[in-house]
Amino acid sequence: MIQDFLFQAFAASAILGAVIMVTRRNPVSAVIFLVGVFFATSGMFLMLDAHYIAAINVILYGGAIMVLFLFVLMLLNLGHADWRDLRGPVGGLIGGSISIAFLGVLTRLFVGGTEARPVVEIAGSALREAAAEQGVVGVVARPLFTEYTIVLEVTGVLLLVSIVGTILLARRERT
Amino acid sequence: MNPVTGGAFVLATVGKVVLFFSVLMLAVMLATIFERKVCGFMQDRSGPNRVGPWGLLQVIADGLKNLLKEETMPAQAVRPFFLLAPVLGILPATILFAVIPFASPLPTQWGLVEMIVADVPIGFLYVLAIGSIGVYGVAMGGWASGSKYSLLGGLRGSAQMVSYEVALALSLVPLILLTGDVRAPEIVSMQQTFTAGPATYATWFMFPLLVGLFFFFVSGLAETNRLPFDLPEAEAELITGYHTEYSAMKFSMFMIGEFAHVITVAALVTVFFLGGWDIPFWQGDNIRVLSDGTVIGEPTWWKTLLTLGAFGVKTSLLVLVFVWIRWTLPRFRYDQLMDLGWKFMLEAVTVYILVIAFVILGIEAVGIPAGGWYAFVLFLVNLALAGVLFFAMDRGTLIRGGAKGARPGGGDAAEGQGG
Repeated sequence: MIQDFLFQAFAASAILGAVIMVTRRNPVSAVIFLVGVFFATSGMFLMLDAHYIAAINVILYGGAIMVLFLFVLMLLNLGHADWRDLRGPVGGLIGGSISIAFLGVLTRLFVGGTEARPVVEIAGSALREAAAEQGVVGVVARPLFTEYTIVLEVTGVLLLVSIVGTILLARRERT
Repeated sequence: MNPVTGGAFVLATVGKVVLFFSVLMLAVMLATIFERKVCGFMQDRSGPNRVGPWGLLQVIADGLKNLLKEETMPAQAVRPFFLLAPVLGILPATILFAVIPFASPLPTQWGLVEMIVADVPIGFLYVLAIGSIGVYGVAMGGWASGSKYSLLGGLRGSAQMVSYEVALALSLVPLILLTGDVRAPEIVSMQQTFTAGPATYATWFMFPLLVGLFFFFVSGLAETNRLPFDLPEAEAELITGYHTEYSAMKFSMFMIGEFAHVITVAALVTVFFLGGWDIPFWQGDNIRVLSDGTVIGEPTWWKTLLTLGAFGVKTSLLVLVFVWIRWTLPRFRYDQLMDLGWKFMLEAVTVYILVIAFVILGIEAVGIPAGGWYAFVLFLVNLALAGVLFFAMDRGTLIRGGAKGARPGGGDAAEGQGG
């Protein structure tokens, strides 16, 4: 009961934060509201018993990536700028149609699809049992390091390559 | 006796929140006067001694003064963020306390009350998550003030905190390798009974994970912006950095946030490495509540008080170490700070994780059961690693400024990269 209410509250604040975020002129305000959206999303994950995802969402997006965004904005001192960005009839049309398409998909999932819902329910109860047995981190960690080890390692190499590439691009020639 | 449920649980939780928040704020007040007294002692002077006995009421006088002073609002400031920043400075440090177990569970007539506000299943991941948002207070305060000094302080602060967060998180990985659990009460319980059979002694993780403790403590110093890592406020260069433009109570909130952060980090070190609320050489306090509600050990109210005292003593001693370091070590130069974080700590922690993982693998392959020998082997490995580590830190030019041949930008390390 109270969990349902909290979930709705988090969901509402996530949507509200997202709307405010895209309408801000000041980039720093936009970043701050986006951080708020991440926190609201984490709250939603918590209400769905996905504690691990909630924590990782805050650690990575709220705590690391958005701090970097804010840092770059502050470093380039873009904070006070208030130019008009690329909006207009064409942009509005594209954005609007994408939003309506997504809304349609969501509505279909929510009202129409009876097939979709039981799958979610079963996964939820199985997840709960596994979490009680191995802890919330173990549920994610075990498959990651047994079944999907190769995928994990390949992703790690991919990230490493991108980091090395960034350093190579940003490197100044020493004279 | 079962853990409390229903209405009693809600009441107990509200009670704990109110109690612990008040205790934390009181501890912050005492920590400020404590720091000034220790500083006075170390500099061979009296410190505050006019208001009240031993100057103890100085805190109240300071508080009143800060409340009554004028609140200034710089013309260049971005108002909403300028007001929000002190709140964000104080918030993470206080809500971090929710996952710290304070004492053994307290039996009441409604059931067993665990002495932790929220035993979240993600445990120390919550610590990392909340710890990582602490940077917003500094960054936003610096930016929103509309002053160049503040902006520089904010930039320095956010870069520093982001850098050392990586080492902070990684320094806890060996702890997870050893315990296999992330919940703080489990970690405390593991330290009390780190044996296969019935426990006869406690194994605080400061011994088998000595180097991990060092890394965690150093990163904790950097995260709390305390000397030798207080570059965001470096008053000789930046006036006072990100809170230059703040006055009266808003300034005070930054200070309260900083001291609360110090106490929180001290409490975290206590929980992770110093056995939490465990009382050494006594097995009567080995009380553990399993997730299905069964209780191991015999909780009583006096054990709760005693363990609370043990926790308080350990945390206070660590706060003393914080203050002691502050008045002993000089401040880093900024490039030294960044070199230490990225070119030394990160690599060292990664190597440390690998070594500990292999040693644990080896110990378990040989077949030593969890217990004294297990911990002793790890302790020996850690002693060796600590020797290498301190030798490397002392001999290199990483943290020693102005050494012969060192140049700004990192001395040996930079030369090695230039190739």
